[in-house]
Amino acid sequence: MNSQRVLIIGATSAIAEAVARLYAARGASLYLLVRDRNRGEAIAQDLGVRGAVETRVGILDASDFSAHAAAIAAAWSAFNGLDVVLIAHGTLPDQARCDADTDYALREFTVNGTSTIALANRIAQRLEAQSSGTLAVISSVAGDRGRASNYLYGSAKAAVSTYLSGLRQRLNARGVNVLTIKPGFVDTPMTAAFRKGALWAKPDQIAHGIVHAIDKRRGVVYLPRFWWAIMAMIRSIPEFVFRRIKL
Amino acid sequence: MSPAFLSWGHWPNAAQHVLRLSNRFAPLPSFEGHALPRGNGRSYGDVCLDDGGTLLDARGLDRFIAFDQETGVLRCEAGVLLSSILELCVPRGWFLPVVPGTRFITIGGAIANDVHGKNHHAVGSFGRYVRCFELLRSDGTRRICSPQENADWFTATVGGLGLTGLITWAELQLRRVPGAWFDTETRRFDRLDDFFQLSAHSERDFEYTVAWVDCTARGNALGRGVFSRGNHCAAPSSAKSRRERGLRMAVTPPFSLVNGLTLHAFNWQHFHRAPKALQRSPQHYRPWLFPLDGILDWNRMYGPHGFLQYQCVLPPPAARDGVRELLDRIAASGSGSFLAVLKQFGVIRSPGLLSFPRPGTTLALDFANRGPATFELLDRLDEVVAAAGGAVYPAKDARMSGERFRGYFPAWRQFSEFTDPTLSSGFWRRVVQ
Repeated sequence: MNSQRVLIIGATSAIAEAVARLYAARGASLYLLVRDRNRGEAIAQDLGVRGAVETRVGILDASDFSAHAAAIAAAWSAFNGLDVVLIAHGTLPDQARCDADTDYALREFTVNGTSTIALANRIAQRLEAQSSGTLAVISSVAGDRGRASNYLYGSAKAAVSTYLSGLRQRLNARGVNVLTIKPGFVDTPMTAAFRKGALWAKPDQIAHGIVHAIDKRRGVVYLPRFWWAIMAMIRSIPEFVFRRIKL
Repeated sequence: MSPAFLSWGHWPNAAQHVLRLSNRFAPLPSFEGHALPRGNGRSYGDVCLDDGGTLLDARGLDRFIAFDQETGVLRCEAGVLLSSILELCVPRGWFLPVVPGTRFITIGGAIANDVHGKNHHAVGSFGRYVRCFELLRSDGTRRICSPQENADWFTATVGGLGLTGLITWAELQLRRVPGAWFDTETRRFDRLDDFFQLSAHSERDFEYTVAWVDCTARGNALGRGVFSRGNHCAAPSSAKSRRERGLRMAVTPPFSLVNGLTLHAFNWQHFHRAPKALQRSPQHYRPWLFPLDGILDWNRMYGPHGFLQYQCVLPPPAARDGVRELLDRIAASGSGSFLAVLKQFGVIRSPGLLSFPRPGTTLALDFANRGPATFELLDRLDEVVAAAGGAVYPAKDARMSGERFRGYFPAWRQFSEFTDPTLSSGFWRRVVQ
């Protein structure tokens, strides 16, 4: 089999870096889109030592929509097509600040929701044209139901999950798989401020789940898998009860 | 304040803030008061604790930078684990030149404690294979340190317990090996003198030597044990692809599983199960070099009060009588451990100002923490070590007095000129006061 060609957007995120290492160990070719060139190059060197055939770094700030098309075009031509695209960039907004500051809330929605959809939309066109490949996007269990503690983030992820659900239907007949990844609590720099309990998983665990789901051409995957049950329960709580509880 | 950052001995306790590092280009994060760079927390006592301060958790600095498969030169960030390096380099015919008894430590920790292994008599300590590293100070300065460049900073930082600054990355010289296996020989010995004889006879032809000693044996049997020696070799023809057992102590039992009864039973059985005459067998590097890594979180077996590890070295003229005296005092106390280790260090000089390895005989063992009785016993062991002109290993210590430390490590004053003014540890505050 030829070396897999993989594009990762937001490659400095802990989960994305762990996924990149798994592909590197398989001898993949990787294209990393990052904001910070130094950090991107550091990851590229690491992937090279771990076995990546080739790693290239491109610069992209996902909230700069005017840069999307060129960044994706460069990634596409680097290895003459792509087999796997993982969109992994994101932030964890401060909900209290969102409540008080609408501009901040919209900026955060743009980063976690609109920019992801914009990128997925362009990538879908290219995957459709080549009639192969997988688009995998890190959404979140937070998108399954709005909760007072982080509903701005949750609503952005809900938009992403719903968009991907439709896209998956559209591209199904074209041989392109669309994977929605819904991690639960993951112990990463993004969540450093949280007290960690038994539900927390390591980025490496999540990464194995992601690569497995891509290999198996899954549609939606909760990681770790027990989150499916937790979210099924949370979704099933009647609204007249849900509105009264703290989550 | 995070209670999750204990030391390996689970004693003492410390309350600390934790800041995670993941970008080697970034300056040190800001913190109030004092801080301490921290690797994987496998030091037994308080060299990896900073009560009332901030831990700079370097495990997120875990990227390789370059690996030259022709020369065996590896450069990586300081939070990379030895286990990750072995997974990378062993299939390519390279091995770490020095490994301690666990592979779950970081490169930064290996340098900061100038660790040693079963091959010390042949190759010296870990610091000898560090070609260079970058040292980041709290004032923002970065220095490339090697035996040639900034050599004074190099010798202070190797064995420097993380107090001279943060090591961001390091470059190591690996060594070639024919495979992932060891050609080993094992036999038991009936008395301490036999250990010294076996060691002397083995040092020339075996790169790795180590002995387990029965710390409950007394009288004529004092110092009896099991001697092992080995060399790197290719996979034997009988080798099956092996899977890690992956056992884990899932919980901390409410009391120590190591007590007088289990101790005698285990030691008696371990000695009598070993072959009387040399028995040769091929062994994979993982179980042979890292037997305890097969049981994750084994330190929990000592219960909620934790344990104290004691490792000392006694210089050659006093070693025989000194080790005998130590074993006698331990056996008389009725405490001690399943795994007491005896090893002859070689004469190769350790590079660090505060490096522990030096010529002589080293003895290492754990003691369940039984309160004052345990601490008094360790003080009595210190008397023997100090009288012999030896030293106790800071990486394993949680209780030696400042007076003892300064006697064991006379270069401490010279070293203290290189410490970063904002960095400190529970250990350091204890021994310089």
